[in-house]
Amino acid sequence: MNRASIQLSKDKKALRKAKREFNITSIRKDVWLYILLIPGVLHFIIFKYLPMWGVLIAFQDYNAYLGFLGSPWVGFKHFIDFFSNPDFTRLLSNTLLISLYNLAFGFPAPVIMALLLNEIRSQWYKRSIQTLVYIPHFISWVIIASLTYSLFNSQGVVNKYIIQMGNNAIPFLTSDNTFRGMIIGQTIWKETGFGTIIYLAALSGVDPQLYEAAVIDGANRFKQLWHITLPSIKSTVVTLLILRLGHVLDNGFDQIFLMSNSLNRNVSDVFDVYVYTIGITRGAFSYSTAVGLFKGIIGIILIYSANYLAKKAGESGLF
Amino acid sequence: MKIKRSFASIVFDTFNYVFLGAFACATVLPFLYVLACSFSSEKEILQRPFYIIPRHISLSAYEYIFSSITLPRAFLISIFVTFTGSAIAMFFTLTMAYPLSKKNLLGRNVLLGMVSFTLVFGGGMIPSFLVIKSLGFIDTFWALLLPGAISTWNLLVIKNFFQEIPQEMEDSARVDGCNALGTFVRIVLPLSMPVIATFTLFYAVGYWNDYRSSLLYTTDNKKWPLQLVLRQIVLMAAGNIDGATFDAAYTQPPLEASKNAVIIFGTVPILLVYPFLQKHFVKGIMIGAIKG
Repeated sequence: MNRASIQLSKDKKALRKAKREFNITSIRKDVWLYILLIPGVLHFIIFKYLPMWGVLIAFQDYNAYLGFLGSPWVGFKHFIDFFSNPDFTRLLSNTLLISLYNLAFGFPAPVIMALLLNEIRSQWYKRSIQTLVYIPHFISWVIIASLTYSLFNSQGVVNKYIIQMGNNAIPFLTSDNTFRGMIIGQTIWKETGFGTIIYLAALSGVDPQLYEAAVIDGANRFKQLWHITLPSIKSTVVTLLILRLGHVLDNGFDQIFLMSNSLNRNVSDVFDVYVYTIGITRGAFSYSTAVGLFKGIIGIILIYSANYLAKKAGESGLF
Repeated sequence: MKIKRSFASIVFDTFNYVFLGAFACATVLPFLYVLACSFSSEKEILQRPFYIIPRHISLSAYEYIFSSITLPRAFLISIFVTFTGSAIAMFFTLTMAYPLSKKNLLGRNVLLGMVSFTLVFGGGMIPSFLVIKSLGFIDTFWALLLPGAISTWNLLVIKNFFQEIPQEMEDSARVDGCNALGTFVRIVLPLSMPVIATFTLFYAVGYWNDYRSSLLYTTDNKKWPLQLVLRQIVLMAAGNIDGATFDAAYTQPPLEASKNAVIIFGTVPILLVYPFLQKHFVKGIMIGAIKG
């Protein structure tokens, strides 16, 4: 061994020692910060990471009496059961259809509304509209489902008008044909207004000089929209679209569960509701965890692929 | 300054004003109708289509509600859960967000990675249920208060806000002999009052609206919060409609008007805090969006 390499290894050792000492002093200096972290970290471990570890019961025949450690391992049995179950295709298509409708109608709605709001010149009118349309976001799904029931049941207001016009009452709440429409309608009613906030913020950051220049160049309002306004919210739209794609298999348990009943079960059975009925109501813990895990893994794959594609397309992506 | 507007532009503006106005009306009118119904007689609700002023004011719906202890009790439970819950949630969120906002904290990146991962993946309903069950939280208020005590999203937004506070202010406190805890309590928190107000309200709305935790973790219906009782009342009333069957626990059908009165009960607290909420939430959302 020559002298240079001895020197080098000594340096490395000294460096490592210095680093360790630095780490110790910096931990000592920040000791209060670490103490502050304790409750939060415990919370994450207990309520977020312990359940993640608990998904392993999807590979067991979990038995509450034997517990997590005592229950026998069965490999992919529950997944095979699930995929070969005739329910599977029904659940998958119900889930995907609701998501697709939501993507097609629910996603563009706030973009369009933000663009329309942006065209309003009277500030007080704009502000009053905003004040009103943000409200439903803060109202619980229970209340929104209740409102829907009281407006759309067979003796509800909507059907009163339909009957007055000489038609038969439409069973909005209990028919397979109307279920998806009702769900999308509720989502649009509840979230469109609130969804505009993020786009309006992006729009308020646009330099007004761009519009002035466009006007001088003879651009009409539609051209200004097309060449200035839309490009300025493009990256926000892409970011939110990525997030949305990661949740294609989540339909929102609360909403669907509240709107489902025995007569529309054919179309209202989605993964989230199925996990609840099979798992909590019937106690098939392992099987329903397998269903949930399947959903979660597809979600991760989707969100990472959407992010990858967004980056490929020249957007900044999420991570 | 006068801008010459084309005919198409005027047509578009008219349409735009009317359309947005109609949308805004559509968000409030259902509430006004329900409010009117809650003060109406059964006969009026059945006979009249849409209206917002009842012909005869009747208080029978509210009498029905208060004739049993179920609803007032549920209301008090909800208020308790909302107040304690948002206090606990703010404590957990603020204490975790502050250390995470320090860029040179050892282990910060690992922690942030772990925190962010929960945005894309979670254990799901059943494993969470089993964790709560094995902690012995079933039928206790802990199950309603603790699992939702940190929203990852809120945590990251508040962390970003703390990062924006000029480090010099904290340094000067440190030079004067304050430790990290003292700096946090005496310098950082007072500077963050608007953010604290916003997120306390966000959490409060979340706890008030939450029905999933009580659906999953509360079997004793004497401990049900308002949302769950509301759901039972709605489902119970709806159980008679169109021949659908619901797995409702109640047997006595309520009056149509009292159903509306319960809806009002669930909504009014939100509408009361809404003006305060509205003052801040736009800003609250944007802090997070700028440096997501």
